[in-house]
Amino acid sequence: MDLTGDFIAPSTDWYALAPYIVLLAGALALLLVGSLTPRWPRGWYAMLTALTAGTAGVVASLQFAALADEAPRSLMKGVLAHDRFGLLAVIAICVAVIITSMMASDAAGLDGAQTDSLEPFSLLLVAALGAAIMVTAHDLVVSFLGIEILSISLYVLAASDRRRAASHEAGLKYFVLGGFSSAFLLYGIALVYGTTGQTNLGGIAVVLADEVTLPRNDAMLLAGVALLLVGFAFKVSLVPFHSWTPDVYHGAPTYVTGFMASLGKVAAIVALVRLFVIAFPARADDWRPAVFILAVLTLVVGSVLAIVQTDVKRMLAYSSISHAGFMLVGLEAAGHIGSSSASSGTSSTLIYVVLYAVLALGSFAAVSVVSQAASVVGPTNATSLDAFKGVAKTNPVFALGFTVLLLAQAGVPLTSGFVAKFGVIRAAVSTESYVLAVLAMVSAVIAAYLYLRIMVSMWLSESSSARIPLRPVARLAMFVTVAITLVLGVLPTFVLRLSDTLATLVR
Amino acid sequence: MLAASSSTIAFPVLTSLVAVPLVGAALVIFFGRIRQEWTKLTALLTSVTTGAISLWVLQAFDSSDAGFQFVSQHEWITAWGISWHLGIDGISLFLVVLTGVLFPLVIAGVDPHHDERPYLAWLLVLEAGVMGSFISLDLFLFFVFFEIVLVPMYFLIGGWGYDQRVYAATKFFLFTMTGSAFLLVGIVATALLSRESVGSVTFDVVALAENGALNVTQGRWLFVAFAIAFAVKVPLFPVHTWLPDAHTQAPTAGSVILAGVLLKMGTYGLLRFGVYLFPEASVWARPALYTLAVIGIIYGAIAATMQTDLKRLVAYSSVAHLGFIVLGTFALTDQAVTGGVMQMVNHGVSTSALFLLVGMIYERRHTRQIAELRGLQQVAPVFAGFFMIVMLSSIGLPGLNGFVGEFLILIGSFDTARWWVIVATTGVILAALYLLWAYQRVFHGEVDDANRGFADLRLREGALLLVFVAIIGFTGVYPKPMLSRIEPSVNALIEHVESRTDYQRPAQGEAGK
Repeated sequence: MDLTGDFIAPSTDWYALAPYIVLLAGALALLLVGSLTPRWPRGWYAMLTALTAGTAGVVASLQFAALADEAPRSLMKGVLAHDRFGLLAVIAICVAVIITSMMASDAAGLDGAQTDSLEPFSLLLVAALGAAIMVTAHDLVVSFLGIEILSISLYVLAASDRRRAASHEAGLKYFVLGGFSSAFLLYGIALVYGTTGQTNLGGIAVVLADEVTLPRNDAMLLAGVALLLVGFAFKVSLVPFHSWTPDVYHGAPTYVTGFMASLGKVAAIVALVRLFVIAFPARADDWRPAVFILAVLTLVVGSVLAIVQTDVKRMLAYSSISHAGFMLVGLEAAGHIGSSSASSGTSSTLIYVVLYAVLALGSFAAVSVVSQAASVVGPTNATSLDAFKGVAKTNPVFALGFTVLLLAQAGVPLTSGFVAKFGVIRAAVSTESYVLAVLAMVSAVIAAYLYLRIMVSMWLSESSSARIPLRPVARLAMFVTVAITLVLGVLPTFVLRLSDTLATLVR
Repeated sequence: MLAASSSTIAFPVLTSLVAVPLVGAALVIFFGRIRQEWTKLTALLTSVTTGAISLWVLQAFDSSDAGFQFVSQHEWITAWGISWHLGIDGISLFLVVLTGVLFPLVIAGVDPHHDERPYLAWLLVLEAGVMGSFISLDLFLFFVFFEIVLVPMYFLIGGWGYDQRVYAATKFFLFTMTGSAFLLVGIVATALLSRESVGSVTFDVVALAENGALNVTQGRWLFVAFAIAFAVKVPLFPVHTWLPDAHTQAPTAGSVILAGVLLKMGTYGLLRFGVYLFPEASVWARPALYTLAVIGIIYGAIAATMQTDLKRLVAYSSVAHLGFIVLGTFALTDQAVTGGVMQMVNHGVSTSALFLLVGMIYERRHTRQIAELRGLQQVAPVFAGFFMIVMLSSIGLPGLNGFVGEFLILIGSFDTARWWVIVATTGVILAALYLLWAYQRVFHGEVDDANRGFADLRLREGALLLVFVAIIGFTGVYPKPMLSRIEPSVNALIEHVESRTDYQRPAQGEAGK
């Protein structure tokens, strides 16, 4: 066979692929060079990780800016989408990696040399690559690849604290349930492929939009859509598929928990929204009620269970579930296909998850700092609410920063959390989902009690411990997240101006 | 921008009402770090400046203009149609002045027991939030201020309150936030549903009220959403239960501010946003609101009579007094609404003073139990005298400020809410009962050993109370300057209601003017 004659190499837009390449190259270089050289001085692994993610983030930002004038397009023969919706998520993912690597090196410093190894850092980069693929995947198979790359890295990261049995348990639990949910996803992909003959999201939409070729109520297709929804519900941790979340969040090292709550959430939500909005708009009337029910359950159960916890990491785990409910409110609005407001549902969901990711990073950084100080003193449960008692007396500035993050999660105005909530509520109201909007706000009030409990512990209880040592990296991580929270809370125009272009997805 | 007059001035007066206390809060934190003794001075200076600005506004206010004055409008979040839109009319004028005057008095007159720096900073943040709520002409902006007020108040109650402070602070926060949940959805829905009639999505109150054309069902649902939020804040029966706890557990300054201005955000909200934006629904909902208001009046009075704790007694008396204000607001006659607005200020003055006095009693005796106090008149005659005047103002004795407002409310509501007024009037008698009875138990009788050492008023306390008594006496004897500034705006508001509904206010003569 003459390959040289009529073979046309697929044109590859290398520049558009640069963020993925940088992340992959960084991970491999770190792993290869790191394992061939003696142990590096403390913090160098983290610095290289942050640099790699920073480079990828800058490239993604430049591409994001360039897309203001260009139409979104697909890459690699339609398997990856190159649009602002995905790129904003990629930028958030890179920020998550930077802050997490800072907190990881902070944790390593205080725990001693034992955990100051390079594996967690290269896994962070691999996870980011998987997440970046997930958020831009325009093909079910590629999306699944991204999910698996991300998930497997996270399983290992969750179990990475070798000295704590809880961490092993978290990793195993996450692995078993994650595998379970991947099975759902694969089955769903298979059924959708079986009915439509397509794995490309745009291709599926085209087939489904054509009423002639398919009967309207195709049981196999709907089963496939349902299985995909269940699979993603596991990944996003929606009630009733959330039961792994508190245990895994609690058991994993705190910086990994922050990573899962930020990057993991962004990747899963963005992939879910892209899949349902792009591939299944023709079946929106079928999946929207399911999303509605999941949203209500997630909001109510997440916030009610959050307030009865006594461990801060479990509290924030449940609160992340409740936040996922808010994101579903946006997805529900996006499901009103044909309504002029559907696009505001899409963009408000993305803005919500990105802003939440920043809050989660900052909050878990704060928890990480406090729990390290508490574990030096030696109580068995270093992340219980008691560890936060009187922190405001010993570290007032730190406590104020954490308070801002908590108030933002509660949705108090002049913080980014309020902007996020307002956007989602606005989308829900504009599609006339008043019930959902009111339920979401009331559940936010229930969840507010949880943040108040942490604040009470910090500000209104007597101090039991000495001043918490704060290393510069931890300070910087807190400062950056709090600054983003406040600046975008007071002047959200910058983000909101994007929202029109954000909803222009590759079809 | 139809009803708003454009009296544009170079200096952004209203913005400075919000900005000065905020800057003050930052300075308090900053200076307090350098020099401990500058802390209070800084707080006092900034709050006095704010008060002076509010008094200048009062002086410069054009009483013949019913529209919004000193309007300041800037773009803020253009993507959502949200602007920084501030303005003052006769309805908000005196609430702004009250806020401006009350805060310096509280800062000067009441000292915290510990951690002065954060205490003063929170108070100034609170002042900025309250000011902002009263002058916002943008729904979103109003919501931001309305909600942000919770944070400093939460910390003030929780950090400097009494034994059950954390419980009370949390209850306060969650109750109000639940109301706000409905308010937020209501605000967004109002803006989006009016988008066609107004021309674009805007949160501008004036534009929405003048051009918005909601249908009857939409208007009523939205009014209910707004009313829930404001009813919690007022508080109306049956969502008043946070109030006695918050008042009792709050530090004196917290109680004063809470009663003085914070509760008014609820009644003000009902009038400014409820009636102005949803005239049809306000007319429709009147019987329900009358009933809740009257239940509040009677229930608050009876509950106050039964209290053994002096501070709880005053707290329940607030429930009763605010019932009168709500009754007047929805009676929708010139006299009743004017009386309601005036009573917001009067209640703010007299109840703040009562809380200050109760706070002073607690400072001296470390108890607020009525049963443990006796014969204070003999050991502290000046104190008793001030208490008497303030109490009589709260009861509504003719010649003092409380009488003017209550009388206007009752007489103005008689035509539109006759049977409710008849029941409500008994509340006036009950008010005399619970306050006089409390006075009798606390100040009369023989002094026992525990109360013998009760010190009379100190100079600073006396000076502080003198300001309150002066306001009480002046507005009681000569309410005209106040009424003449409130009335044009009230009149314009009622005309607005009349032009949009088939409601017609009764002829002036019949109302007994």
